[in-house]
Amino acid sequence: MKKYTKTHEWVEVNEKSATVGISEHAQDELGDIVYVDLPEVGKEVKAGEVLCSVESVKSASDIYAPISGKIIEVNKVLEDAPETVNKSAEGDGWIAKIEISDPSEIDKLLDKTEYDKLVEEEK
Amino acid sequence: MELKKTPLYDEHKRLGAKLVEFGGWKMPVQYSSIIEEHKTVRENAGLFDVSHMGEILIEGADALNFVDHIITNSVSKLKNGQICYTPMCYTNGTIVDDLLAYRFSDVKVLLVVNASNTDKDYKWINDQSKGFRVSISNKSPKYAQLALQGPKAEEILTKISGVNLSEIEFYHFTTGRINGIESIVSRTGYTGEDGFELYFDAESAIPMWRRILDIGSSYGVKPCGLGARDTLRFEACYMLYGNDIDDTTTPLEAGLKWAVDFDKAEFNGKEVLVEQKEKGLKRRLRGLEVSKGVARHGYKIFTENKEIGYVTSGTKSPTTGRSLALGYINIEHSKYGTEVEIEIHGRRIPAKIVKTPFYRGSVRSGK
Repeated sequence: MKKYTKTHEWVEVNEKSATVGISEHAQDELGDIVYVDLPEVGKEVKAGEVLCSVESVKSASDIYAPISGKIIEVNKVLEDAPETVNKSAEGDGWIAKIEISDPSEIDKLLDKTEYDKLVEEEK
Repeated sequence: MELKKTPLYDEHKRLGAKLVEFGGWKMPVQYSSIIEEHKTVRENAGLFDVSHMGEILIEGADALNFVDHIITNSVSKLKNGQICYTPMCYTNGTIVDDLLAYRFSDVKVLLVVNASNTDKDYKWINDQSKGFRVSISNKSPKYAQLALQGPKAEEILTKISGVNLSEIEFYHFTTGRINGIESIVSRTGYTGEDGFELYFDAESAIPMWRRILDIGSSYGVKPCGLGARDTLRFEACYMLYGNDIDDTTTPLEAGLKWAVDFDKAEFNGKEVLVEQKEKGLKRRLRGLEVSKGVARHGYKIFTENKEIGYVTSGTKSPTTGRSLALGYINIEHSKYGTEVEIEIHGRRIPAKIVKTPFYRGSVRSGK
């Protein structure tokens, strides 16, 4: 089940690791994505820190790590096809997989209903 | 301050545009996708609402002399019905704004200025007018402005034009009816493609907008936002005030020497510009091809750990697929082919100085 951050990232837990990306709403707001500056595999990130940046035609946006842990894989597809994020932000357009260091962080994130409410309020 | 709205604001909302603040205006940045709209203009034609642009009318016996005093280019050398692109400089040679000057007659010139600078320009122009027999009026609220840009623009607009568009040369204009609406029609634009800009009574904006979209639909015409306008002008290397040029840069540094008429006896900034020309420039606006990522306004340019300039505009060019940028670079490092580095998100990324423009579209002349 996906969880969301207030800064529009999503996390999906798969046993010990979690897949991370930006929400459908975030990709729509950003517009055409032309470059994803993928993080380095092996790097340790802390929840709330900058994970990487995503460049749309108009601007660069920081993407924040929803949880703490070591990056174990990045989505290499995005190197040549960054538009995958526009086409499938919450599927094929995932950005990285993070080894979960503190499972309690995930509980603090928003569920789909709470996130949808937040998006609605921001409109 | 409340944002200003063009007479087409409700049309944009109805079409599902994403609206953003731009220079004090609430404007459509995109309707579908910037890249899609960009390609529409390059391949067919796109319709832009640019009613936010400012129009300042100069009338009177000294109209030509006065305009030539405040701009670097020359309206005295134009024929009636001709237009010039020009910077307008402060006396220190830096740029107040860049604009189009439409010469109607010996006693009437219309200046089309950037939306965000309209009030500043109007004040500056008034301050400069002492001793000249001119009247200056800000006509901006009166006019709606649309730009139909792309290789198919003439074919489409001809269907509703009461004037012979094929007779309008590049950077020339005429007046007449388009869709029955009295308009100023010029073969000008900000995309690198052939096309027209129309100025007419703001009250006629909706019928004009709808009709062009309607007749254009079978040609692939789409409404296009400021996002595509920016990427299109960027590929053509047209200046964006506030990004590439401003009150810290001169026309010569920006490569706009072709729009400076040094033959004129005097004009604001002439002394400084003559000195720059004679002594040589310290820096120059250049095109850059970036090897990875995207360079943005304000990013620093280095060579061997020495800062040598900064980026003024940059994006991944939708037409060429290359990551490109414009930036000021110290003259000793500004040769074509020079390898430099741009700091992008804390990392130094290799880039190379390349020739401009990045792309030449269907526009009839380069200047």
